[in-house]
Amino acid sequence: MATESVPIAAPFELSPEAKEELELVNRAREGDATAFSTLLNRYEGKIFRLAMNITQNREDAEDVLQEAFLKAYEHLDQFQGNSKFYTWIVRIAVNQALMKLRKRKTDRSVSLDEQIDTGEDTVVREIASWDPDPEQQFSQDELHTILQEAVDELAPIYRAVFVLRDVDGLSTEETAEALGLSIPAVKSRLLRARLQLREKLTRFFKRKGDNAFAYM
Amino acid sequence: MLTCKDFLAELSDFLDEKTDAELRAKLERHIAECPNCWVICDTTRKTISVYKGMKCYPIPDEVHSRLLAAVERKMEAKKAAGKA
Repeated sequence: MATESVPIAAPFELSPEAKEELELVNRAREGDATAFSTLLNRYEGKIFRLAMNITQNREDAEDVLQEAFLKAYEHLDQFQGNSKFYTWIVRIAVNQALMKLRKRKTDRSVSLDEQIDTGEDTVVREIASWDPDPEQQFSQDELHTILQEAVDELAPIYRAVFVLRDVDGLSTEETAEALGLSIPAVKSRLLRARLQLREKLTRFFKRKGDNAFAYM
Repeated sequence: MLTCKDFLAELSDFLDEKTDAELRAKLERHIAECPNCWVICDTTRKTISVYKGMKCYPIPDEVHSRLLAAVERKMEAKKAAGKA
């Protein structure tokens, strides 16, 4: 028997973008295939990037991408409309990606919430000024490779937080919600990720003649 | 008086402009007097800025097509279940 889909009412004053997105979700819930395809086209690139960053495996990332959108479609009725659709689907994708990691690493469980060493990874080892526009020294492709390789070297618990917060531009609260972490946990992981990336990029971007030196 | 360690602990909030005015003034005073922390702050700010413009992985056409086909199958199945 067909179940009637009840449109989600906006719980508070929404931005025009959020309103338009909620409308798309409502139409998709009513069976409008074009509306769901619009959401898919909008977010598939970001979800794929996040899945690549967590799994670091192209095949797994493709599976995660597909599973996340299928699950989202299947459970569209559970979307409450009090968060962004992207935050909601990120949470689904992260769970799928972690399941992939767990399958691969059968000897230990994998979680984004695991305890981290709070000392060593905030130690700053290198300090050197950068060129004013460091990215100008490299071609777009070279720069992309440098940035991606630096992120790939981070632990998964830092990678996901950094990508959502600083690359995708989610707020701390949205990142916490998407990853199922507390706000202090997001903040401490973000600081460590930023400091570690800064140090890795210093190797490429430091001003010629400046020597990096040990500190703190 | 803030130490370098205190400054580092507040660095993210400082760069995100999430600190209150009093703390912000203390942090600004610290970097004005500490060249090492100034460099860390400046290069961390540039790190964030350089990643902001980072583009997504291009999704290969066949991956996009497979995803679309899988979603369409799901939609058809849902529609058929609704009619039953």
